[in-house]
Order: sequence, then structure tokens, then C-alpha cells
Amino acid sequence: MSVLTLTRRGPLANTLVRHLAFAVLGGVVLFFLTSTVSAYRDFQIANVGYYVVAVAGLTVLTGLNGQISLGHGALMMVGAYTAALLLERDNPLPLVVVLLLSVAVTAAVGALVGAAAARLRGPYLAGATLAFAVGLPGLTSHYADTFGGDNGLNVLTGPPPERLGLDFPPERWQAWITLTAALITLVLLANLASSRVGRSFRAVRDDEVSAELAGIHVARTQVLAFIISAACAGLAGGLTAVVSGQVSPGAFSVALSLSILAGAVLGGLGSLTGAVYGAIALVLMPSISSSASDRFTLSTDVQHNLPLLVYGALLIVVMLAAPQGLQGGVRRLFGLLRGRAPVTSVRNESVTEVSVTDPER
Amino acid sequence: MTSRSSKTRLQLVAVGAVLTLGAAACGGSSGGGGSGSKASAPGVTATTVTIGSHQPLTGPAAPGYSEIAPAAEAMFKYINDGGGIHGRTIQYKYKDDGYNPANTVDVVKQLVLQDKVFAIFNGLGTPTHSKVTDYLNQSRVPDLFVASGARLWDDPKKHPYTFGWQPDYLIEGKILGKYIKENFAGKKVGYLYQNDDFGKDGVAGLDSQLDASTVVDKQPYETSQLAQPTGIAAQLSTLKAKGAEIVVSFSIPAATAVALLTNLKIGFKPQMVVSNVGSDSTTLTGLLGKFSKGAVGAQLLNGLVSDSYLPLTSDTADPWITLFKKIHDKYIPSLPFDGNVEYGMSAAYTFAQALDAAGDNPTRQSLIDAVEKGGFKGPGVVPFRFSKDSHAGYTGVRIVQLDGKGVATFKSDASVTTDETSGSIDPAPGGAQGKPGDDAFLKP
Repeated sequence: MSVLTLTRRGPLANTLVRHLAFAVLGGVVLFFLTSTVSAYRDFQIANVGYYVVAVAGLTVLTGLNGQISLGHGALMMVGAYTAALLLERDNPLPLVVVLLLSVAVTAAVGALVGAAAARLRGPYLAGATLAFAVGLPGLTSHYADTFGGDNGLNVLTGPPPERLGLDFPPERWQAWITLTAALITLVLLANLASSRVGRSFRAVRDDEVSAELAGIHVARTQVLAFIISAACAGLAGGLTAVVSGQVSPGAFSVALSLSILAGAVLGGLGSLTGAVYGAIALVLMPSISSSASDRFTLSTDVQHNLPLLVYGALLIVVMLAAPQGLQGGVRRLFGLLRGRAPVTSVRNESVTEVSVTDPER
Repeated sequence: MTSRSSKTRLQLVAVGAVLTLGAAACGGSSGGGGSGSKASAPGVTATTVTIGSHQPLTGPAAPGYSEIAPAAEAMFKYINDGGGIHGRTIQYKYKDDGYNPANTVDVVKQLVLQDKVFAIFNGLGTPTHSKVTDYLNQSRVPDLFVASGARLWDDPKKHPYTFGWQPDYLIEGKILGKYIKENFAGKKVGYLYQNDDFGKDGVAGLDSQLDASTVVDKQPYETSQLAQPTGIAAQLSTLKAKGAEIVVSFSIPAATAVALLTNLKIGFKPQMVVSNVGSDSTTLTGLLGKFSKGAVGAQLLNGLVSDSYLPLTSDTADPWITLFKKIHDKYIPSLPFDGNVEYGMSAAYTFAQALDAAGDNPTRQSLIDAVEKGGFKGPGVVPFRFSKDSHAGYTGVRIVQLDGKGVATFKSDASVTTDETSGSIDPAPGGAQGKPGDDAFLKP
């Protein structure tokens, strides 16, 4: 592991204070951003918000702890259906409580999956989580009376609070909800990554035997990473239910699991900043490629498949040009600008990324 | 050390820059519309009216239904080429949702917020459209002539901007149920239905007419099952085991075709009775051929009972069929001329009538008022129910039967029924059908 010793002075030396300062700054920027853009952009930003939560959760699992999951779409589904069923009742609980319960329920499911996952490695782990993603949506048809089958459930979230004014766009309100959740998640995950727990995650990822020799309980650490990651997926799922106003199995197909992973890889595995890029790409790419296919009159078959094609092509280009994802590319660019040799090893790359905010290193 | 912290700052700046670029991009794209003197509402300019729709161009409901929007667009083009409505052409933007409710929400928000359409027209599907009615009504966007017969669309108090168009599945279920009771007296009936409001409304209509003792079983299916190797064999095997002699199916075309092929495979030969939306013979023949790799086709449709509220596409003497065929041959010759094309053109025609009635400078409210005023006459053989108190469309159907070549014939006169489950079923009043040319904008 490449270790650079550095120290920091002043109030920003405290990790939590520094992360909170960034979050507040980001919140202010986003407040002005959401207040100036059109309702449709706010809707897209709301979508970015929950994707950030999901991708950040996965990037911690895969990038920091070295476990792959192709089942995060299904975990989002757990969170989304939890929120939908809770909001369906006559006197629904406050949204914050509903979302926290989504997190709790999904974390519990994540503990079960994680316990199994901790015994599996590489392709077996990928296969097991993939089976979870394939199988879970089928449950909705089995218990159609509760989950509404393929038809799904409507989610009533109500209009924005009245004190914001009657004409306040609901899309902006939803963007605020998901962005707040995203900022909180990012602060928590950034702190986690630079904490003792985060270091034990990386230790287990890099070498399980030496981690064990250092006194780290490997299986327990892996299950913990899975639970934290699942909790993020659950929150993201609850937020999708709120933004989309519905839950249905079609929204949580295997394609969702794969695109969350693609988002994490695209942004740069293990990097929380990369998770933000990845989430933006996940939202923008389909709409860019679909408007491109609208412009040129194409046959329906071509038009329908073009977004996927563009998506795949972009993934390949990014992987070729910036093997460490967009964030890796950005970092290398700044390195070049300052005349510094780029860091090349993938593993070191993700470590240094996290250690940016780690003063103890 | 300082390079580290400045790098962090730089990264932050980069994120900010990306977000700002996103904002700038949006500033450029919103715009459009608005400058003409007669731009009276969102989506309305001096020369155009832009409307949108969500349609299953791919996915389980695509076979057959994917022709509906191109057919509607062909009707609009024909009207546009004849001068449009009050000097405006109708621009129809329809987007694929794959019959997946999650996509429906996305494309409808895109149409309303980004494309700024005047109205949503003919959004297709019960599971799909039911996820956007609340949104459209909150946003006060007219939601006209939903392409589904669920009763969800007829709720003027809760959804003042939403209107149905085709007869609802309850009406259909009642009339089919009455026909079964009168023509297949004493036979055991089994239901197959899509597990959502489409199927459940149909079941409610059937139940109101059929003696509960003659109904042996009710089997729901999920659309996702159609793509699986086992399909809906479990449902039909159960109906067979329960001794059903008649199977009434509230199903989309792909499900009807899978059911017919499954029956063939398990040696089950019930009298099939299929709801209008799942019984278009051209679509079914195509699907049967495709699913069986050419082994069977229209012969499986022999004797299938269904219903219709529009003229039969085979009735070349009907002036509407003549007109639709003309439009079809000019604008969409590559599509088959079938019930889906007829459906799309008929619904588009009703929309054109509503837009015409909404006045020289239509607003969203004047469009709603025009539909509530009602009185539209078109190809339908039964009257519309549109009024201030009812947002339901056609009020009845006629029974049809297919032969071994898939050709339909009428088996009864048209019946209409009141909306309530207990409402009576009466012969349709005469003169419900209009003539092409009644409206100045449509020259036959």
C-alpha cells in the first residue's frame, strides 16, 4: 500500500468537521441550483439524488471491502416496497420515519444476504447476489394481494409543505428530499471510510490473512460492510418510491442492479466523488441518447436499443481512457496539470482517494 | 501536504463545475413555444398543438398495441394535411414505456415538464397509466382518452382532468356475462384475468351476470409470466381440472395467444370468450404463428367470442372503414390494417373533435369543458357517456365471433349498460354513429 504521511492544522483537521463543512457548502450550492433550473431538471436531480445514495453504498462495498454485489437493485426494491406499504396506510408516518424504516428493513435483509455472501468469493458471490436480484421481483406475483403483482402499488406522498407556497414545484421538493438524503449518506460514508472500521474494510479487501493476523474478524467485517451497503440501497429504494410515486417489480429488474454497478465502476470504484459522477451519468445518459435517437428518425427497434448501445460504448471508452473511472480520470488530469506523475495502480488509487480525507494516515 | 488539500478543493470545484454545466444545459433547452399571438396554453402555438403519450412500443403488450400510436398519428397527419384544427396542426409525441409502470412515470414527466405538451392523449395500459393519473391531475394536464377500459379513469371529483374512451371492462364483463348466460346456459365457466384493475373490473362485470354456481374457478395471471417458459400453463391446467367448459379471458393479446397455445398443448378445448382488447384477430394470428413457429395460426381462433364497439375492419361498405383504409394506405402502409389501427384512428378522431370544440384558442380548461359537454359522434356504434358527472367513454359493445380464418361477424345487436354493477343492459339507441365529413376538419 502506498502510504503518504501528512498532517493538517486548523479546524479542518477534524474529519467530521471537514466533511460537514463540505456537505453544508454542497447543500448551499444545490439549493441555488435546484431553485434556478426547470422542473424537469429538478426531477432529474431528484433521480440523481437517490442514485448517489445507491451507488455510494455499493462503491463502499466493492471498492473498500472488495465484495461484489449484483443484487443491489433487489435491495433497493426491499426499501421501496417498505416505504410504499408504510405510506399506503390511512395515517402514514412522517416521511423521515418511513425512510428510516426502509433503511432498517433493508439492512436486516442485507444482514441475511451478507452472512451468505461472506462465505462466497469472486464469481460465486456475483452469482449468488445475481440470483437474489433475479428472484426477488417474482415474490410480488406470489404475494400479489400484498405487493400488487406486476401492477405494483401507488405511492402517495402528498404535495410539498404549504409554507413553501402553493405554487412550489413538487419536483423541487422531491429533489430536496433526495439531495438531503444523499448529502447525509455521503458524510456518513466518508467518515466511515476514514475511520477504524473503514481501515478494517480495506485491510480485509487487500489481504484477508494478514487482516486476520492483525486481529480483524474477517467474516464479521464483511457482513458489516454488506449491511451498511444494503442500508444505503434501502434508503435509495425508499427515495425512488417517493420520487416515482409508484413501486412495481419492473422498476427493480436485474438491469437496475447492473446499472448501479456500472455507475460505481464508471465513477471510479471506491470513490465517493466518483459515485456522484456515476449517478449523474446514470440519469443523463438515457435521456441524452433517447433525445439523440428522437432527432434522427430511426426505426422503433433501433431507437429502443440505441440508449443501451451508447451506454455500453461510453462504458468501454471510459474504461479505456480512464481505467479508474471518471474520478480516476479527473485526478490524473489534475496530476498532469501540476506535473505530477499519475498514480497507476488501481488498488492504490482507491486507497489514496479515500485517504484524501484521512488525517491520521 | 498542501498539494493534498488543494487537490481536495480542486475536486470540489470540479463537482461544482459539472453541476453548473448541467444547470446551464437546462437553461438552453427550456424555451420553445410561446411567441405566437394565439399561444393560448402550454404546448399550443399559433400553428401547432403538441400532445404526448406513453405507449408499449416494446415489451409484453407491444404485439398489436404498438400499432395504435402510429395509427393515431396517421389520422392526425391526415387532418393536418387537410388544414388542421383552427389552423393548427397536431404534433403527436409518443414515447415507449415498455408496459413498465416505472418507465411510464419517467416518460410522462418528460413529456409534461420537458416537452411541455398541451395534453396527454391515449396513454396506454391499466398498470402503467394508473401510476400517472395523480401526477397529471396535480399538474392540471388534460389526460384524455386513456387507452384502457379500467374504471379508474371515471372519477371526475378526484381526477377532473382524466377521461376514458373505450367501454370500461365492467360494461364489457356484464355484456359478455349476459351473452354467456343466455347462449351457453348451464355450462361451467372459468375465468382467466390479468391481475390488475383491467382483469378485476372485467371479473366484477362477469360476476354481476353469471350465476355463482356456474363459475368453477377464477385464475389470475401476471404479464411477467408470459415471457417465462412455463407461461400460464398452471392457470389453464387448473381450469381444465375444474371442468370449465367456457373460459372467459380478460387478457392482452400476447396472453390470449399463450392461452390458446397452452390449451392446444394440454388438450383443453373450452369455448373461449375474450375481452375486446385481447381479441384482435390479425394480432392473434401473427402471435400464434410466431409463438408456434408457424405450426398453427388462425384456425385456433375458430369460434372465439369477443365484442366490439367499432365497425368490423372487414366491413368495407362502412364509410369509416373506407376512410381508415385510405389513411392507412397513405401514411402507414407497412402496418397491418387491423383492429389496433382502427382503434388508434378512432381515438385520434375523438381527440380532434374535442380540440375543435375547445375553441379558436384552446386552453387546458376549455378542452376539458369541451369533453364534458360531450355529444361526439364518430365511428363507434354506441354513444359516449361524457358529461360533467361522468368521464367514461363508450357505453356498450356488440358481441362478435371469429371463424377459422379469423374473420369476425356480429352475433348480436349493440347493447349499452349503465355504469353501476346493478344497472340494466339495454339495446343501444340508434343513430350513435356519425359520418366522416360531419366535422369540417375531416374530409373523407
